[in-house]
Amino acid sequence: MNAEQARAVIERVLSRIAPEVDLLAVDPTESLTDQLAINSMDQLNLVLGVHEETGVDIPERDYPKLASVEGFVTYLVARGA
Amino acid sequence: MTPALAVPTAVVDLLVPAPLSAAAVADRAVPTALVVVARQPLVTSPLVRHLAEQHDIDLTRVAGTGTGGAITRHDVENASRLAGGPLHRTNRPTSPRARRLATQLGVDLARIEHGSGPKGSIIGADVLARPRPDSKTPRPLQEVFASDLSPGRDPLRSADAATARTANMRRRTAALMARSKREIPHYFLSTEIDMSEAIGWVRDTNATRFVTERLLAAALLLRAVVIAALEVPETNGHWVDDEFRPASGVHLGVAVSMRGGGLIAPCIADAHTRSLDELMSALRDVVGRVRTGRLRSGDLVDPTITVTNLGDQGATAVFGVIYPPQVALAGFGKIVERPWAEHGLLGVRPIVVATVSADHRASDGQSGSRFLNRIDTHLQAPEKL
Amino acid sequence: MKTTYREALRAGLRDALLRDERVFLMGEDVGAYGGCFAVSLGLFEEFGPERVRDTPLSESAFVGAGIGAAIGGMRPIVELMTVNFSLLALDQIVNNAATLLHMSGGQCHVPVVIRTTTGAGRQLAAQHSHSFEGWYAHIPGLRVLAPATLEDARGMLWTALQSPDPVMIFEHGALLGMDGELADDAGAVEIDHAAIRRSGTDVTLITYGGTLHKTLAAAEALAAEGVSAEVIDLRTLRPLDDATIMESVGRTHRAVIVDEGWRSGSVSAEISARIMEQAFYELDAPVGRVCTAEIPIPYAKQLEEAALPQVPAIMAAVHDVLGRMSTSVDGVPVLAETH
Repeated sequence: MNAEQARAVIERVLSRIAPEVDLLAVDPTESLTDQLAINSMDQLNLVLGVHEETGVDIPERDYPKLASVEGFVTYLVARGA
Repeated sequence: MTPALAVPTAVVDLLVPAPLSAAAVADRAVPTALVVVARQPLVTSPLVRHLAEQHDIDLTRVAGTGTGGAITRHDVENASRLAGGPLHRTNRPTSPRARRLATQLGVDLARIEHGSGPKGSIIGADVLARPRPDSKTPRPLQEVFASDLSPGRDPLRSADAATARTANMRRRTAALMARSKREIPHYFLSTEIDMSEAIGWVRDTNATRFVTERLLAAALLLRAVVIAALEVPETNGHWVDDEFRPASGVHLGVAVSMRGGGLIAPCIADAHTRSLDELMSALRDVVGRVRTGRLRSGDLVDPTITVTNLGDQGATAVFGVIYPPQVALAGFGKIVERPWAEHGLLGVRPIVVATVSADHRASDGQSGSRFLNRIDTHLQAPEKL
Repeated sequence: MKTTYREALRAGLRDALLRDERVFLMGEDVGAYGGCFAVSLGLFEEFGPERVRDTPLSESAFVGAGIGAAIGGMRPIVELMTVNFSLLALDQIVNNAATLLHMSGGQCHVPVVIRTTTGAGRQLAAQHSHSFEGWYAHIPGLRVLAPATLEDARGMLWTALQSPDPVMIFEHGALLGMDGELADDAGAVEIDHAAIRRSGTDVTLITYGGTLHKTLAAAEALAAEGVSAEVIDLRTLRPLDDATIMESVGRTHRAVIVDEGWRSGSVSAEISARIMEQAFYELDAPVGRVCTAEIPIPYAKQLEEAALPQVPAIMAAVHDVLGRMSTSVDGVPVLAETH
């Protein structure tokens, strides 16, 4: 999976969890938590959604790497999904 | 007109032997053997009138056996018995409009269990909302929220609809919270709970689990509340008609903020029958449905107690407003690291402030304290949850 | 145009004086002094002592003179300083103005307009603060008006002057300073119908005059609780616009009447009875009433406020007819009588 595909997956899952969010307004380098009021449940659903789409199982200890959209993309690409 | 033997048609009907032939049925209205004449009833006693009214007996159709043909108490009771006993009559005060509608719509007022008017009186709206056979308890709160959320009735297709829905939610929340503060004498308690055990256990458990089966600390908090609610029954139930009605099981309301504003507390029904993992998956599902505005009817059972969990974005403590007619609301702030003294040693621990807002009509501070202490105890042994 | 209730009344007077030379204003201090509440300020200078006439301190005499002038073909506007003093002219109003058409076999109309200041709320105590419009509304032969808005303050007078029979206009003293926007071309208004000032679906609040604005404030506060209250401004107390009242109650099934008069034998009593007569089978609750406590209006500010219908009492009465728990609101005890 390349960065483009990874980004598309994340945005798709995000729009499912938070349908009202304007993805164009999300700064990909800033913390999602701060921008979208993502709580632990949303975080879990995000990880879950990405898992459903890509098959990647992300352990909890890696959650800090997923803070921003870009971080998430880098992580997914690195995991070779 | 020739005076004739006056016999009430109702009585005549009962004299016709069953089973009836079609011809007999056709004849029932005017029996050939007897002539029925309406006439002024001869009544002397207010008691008789009162009794007739109580039993819904039309006195013009009762034959009197008293002096000079006067109708006696015995005659009324007899007529009532022949008519199949006292009709279902309601003792509740009933508004004139409700009576009119009940007559027009053929609704039996005695079957309306809850009057929503002054002094519990039955009003027009109660008649129009005839009780459904599958619903025993009224669910006004949940239904109003359901109508706001049901995608079929209020699609989120346009920005206007979404704005209107948000304003509507705000109004409903405002009305409900104002009512709670007006009617319920709240008291508030709080206690700090060391979450080291719980968080450590969740971390260890999740490390071995597939992402679909992972837990959140929130699920442990809910599970602890469910058990504590069973252990301290005066926190679990409803205050209805000036009395506390404890619930046998726990329907757990979970306060969830709507994206775009508003608050809703959908219900995890029969939470006491669910394991920790089942509770976790129920929580995940219901939060997801709230966030996407797709609640199901099953989410709208009337909760017996509600939990509000501010989560990691929130403040450190929440003293919430009880959802009427419930009698308690448990609250959790965000988990934060704090210095913690135990056994004469100081350490840094993850701490959560657990609170309860409770209805002083249903319980007192001691019950509330026990409730919080039970939650604490359960969270110290997460493997047993 | 930004204006006040007082200025709107004055504009109505000036308009009438300009439009019809038969019109003249008379009363205590309406001329050189400009009116006890400054309503007629400047009219004496503009129209002169013939048409803006100061009278001696005798209500019976100058109301009688007004009736005579009306019979003689003039269109007098008689100002009584406050409603309390109108009682000194009760004989002229009730026994003469209201009856002459009938007693003359239809020959003798009395086209007089009597204006007076009514109501409490200004610490003028029991000498000047009562609300007797309900008494006049009892009298056949009179038409009784209660303007509560700038439009009605501006426009009711001219329409009243067109009536061939005596009309009384009760202007609420606490509204005199009320300001707001009035259309530049505001003019005469009809006086036959009540007005729905706010639409709602849960309860009908029926009021008039000085309590209209408190009632609207209560409706606003009720909306925040999720209660949709309709507010009817009666405008005319005699004859009552039964149709508007019953149509509204037929939709909301609940009514609360807010009346600054005392409850016993009041306009609110009359309306309550009519609702019972005409809309009984539409009711979901007994009609509620919020009236002034049955005492002479006190002078002390706190006592006066406590005696009068206030927003918390109106809300409590609405809670009652809705079957909600009724308590004091925001800790303010509900002293005015509510039922």
